[in-house]
Amino acid sequence: MRRGSFFVKLVLSAFVLAALSGCGYNTMQKNEEAVKAAWGDVEASYQRRNDLIPNLVEVVKTYAKHERETLTAVTEARAKVGAMQVPKNIIDDPKAFSQFQEAQAGMSSALSRLMVVVERYPDLKANQNFQDLQHQLEGTENRINVARTRYNKAVEVFNTSIRVFPNNLTNKFLLHLTLKEPFKAEAGAAKAPQVKF
Amino acid sequence: MKKIFLFFILWLACLPFAAFGLEVPKLEGYVNDYAGMISPSVRSKIEKDLRAFEESDSTQIVILTVPSLEGENIEEFGIKVAEAWKVGHQGKDNGVLFIVSKQERKVRIEVGRGLEGKLTDLMAGRIIDQAIKPRFKQGDFDGGFITGVSALIAGARGEFKAEKSPIQRKQKGFPPILTLLIFLGVFTLILGSISRILGGITAAIGLPAFVYLAILPVGILAIFLLALVGLGAGLFLPSLFLSGVSQRGGHRDRGSGFFFGPGTGSSIGGGGFNGGFSGGGGSFGGGGASGDW
Repeated sequence: MRRGSFFVKLVLSAFVLAALSGCGYNTMQKNEEAVKAAWGDVEASYQRRNDLIPNLVEVVKTYAKHERETLTAVTEARAKVGAMQVPKNIIDDPKAFSQFQEAQAGMSSALSRLMVVVERYPDLKANQNFQDLQHQLEGTENRINVARTRYNKAVEVFNTSIRVFPNNLTNKFLLHLTLKEPFKAEAGAAKAPQVKF
Repeated sequence: MKKIFLFFILWLACLPFAAFGLEVPKLEGYVNDYAGMISPSVRSKIEKDLRAFEESDSTQIVILTVPSLEGENIEEFGIKVAEAWKVGHQGKDNGVLFIVSKQERKVRIEVGRGLEGKLTDLMAGRIIDQAIKPRFKQGDFDGGFITGVSALIAGARGEFKAEKSPIQRKQKGFPPILTLLIFLGVFTLILGSISRILGGITAAIGLPAFVYLAILPVGILAIFLLALVGLGAGLFLPSLFLSGVSQRGGHRDRGSGFFFGPGTGSSIGGGGFNGGFSGGGGSFGGGGASGDW
């Protein structure tokens, strides 16, 4: 009988071991990779927007010379985003993450002000170059939205997966992964700039 | 108790939010004209063109018209439809969605990731501005769809080539790891019912091998431990499950035993689509353009 209970324990520990290594470990690793991939998309789409700005400023400048202030604001916001050193582990680092989000939000609001100003220049709006840029900018804003939503979903899955039992034990003793930062809704400018005409 | 109650309140609060928004309609073919904007003859012409294009280039272009977006914006609706329909082929991500909302007078072209290089946001925007908008403005929906589709085909042509054999859809089945584990268990049981030692040895080799190959490469010590566990399990499992047979005088026969019951081997489902139209698993990243008329 003693022999039997010993084996029961053995079998049980085998199951626990399988559960720990099988479910928790791999799932968490996989989820972390998914978060990293999603973050890559977020960064790429923000970069894409940044790359569009010089052309946009150039086109707007030729038609709307008097809007120096708005244009400078956009250029400055871009410089700020460009100068920011994005650390490798930004998604683990709440401070760097909120800085990143803040800089990008500054960019968004400068851009949306520019787009409001543009309304006053029918010649500019009819310009083929400008229309093309506008499509690209719209597309990029949409990509940013999609990438952010997907990133937040991936973070949610990951954060849940390192907190539930038994994954939390695996994480505590083996992996030491920390919670990832999701995007928060921006205060004030709660929406992406409306680049609709 | 209080926590559960709070949770319930939260759940209730979230409920209307989840139900909000336009539901994704069913994918029925190349042309999904829920708003009734396309005449039958034009519809069959467009369907023919799109089928021919998919046969030659494997790129899937699908049209959806809805009567109204019900308050949702077309970009969000577009990506929702794209994620649900998965137009385009897996790995190529070569799907295009052409979405029109009649009441809001909005158009969106949603471009799959694989086509973003050729059918850029700019291209999609120009197609809307130059091929679709002018005709829609005059109320010539048929003409707008025809020129829009041919512009999309021209834009996407050449990016992909159709493969010789029809694309294999992934069979949805049992996760391989689970199958392996069940197989190992059954194998151990069968051998164990012949001879306990045989079963023990099988499990002692099988369990570490399974963990090492299927889950993660573990160290020597862990393998040794797993082998011990396997040995114990192999020796003990058969007597646990087959005890009814050997000790209680045939109270239960083998056919109704735990591991021999129905359902372990036969639950591999087919991934067929009954000949209906379906997307092939293409993914979208929000590329494309929108416009209104």
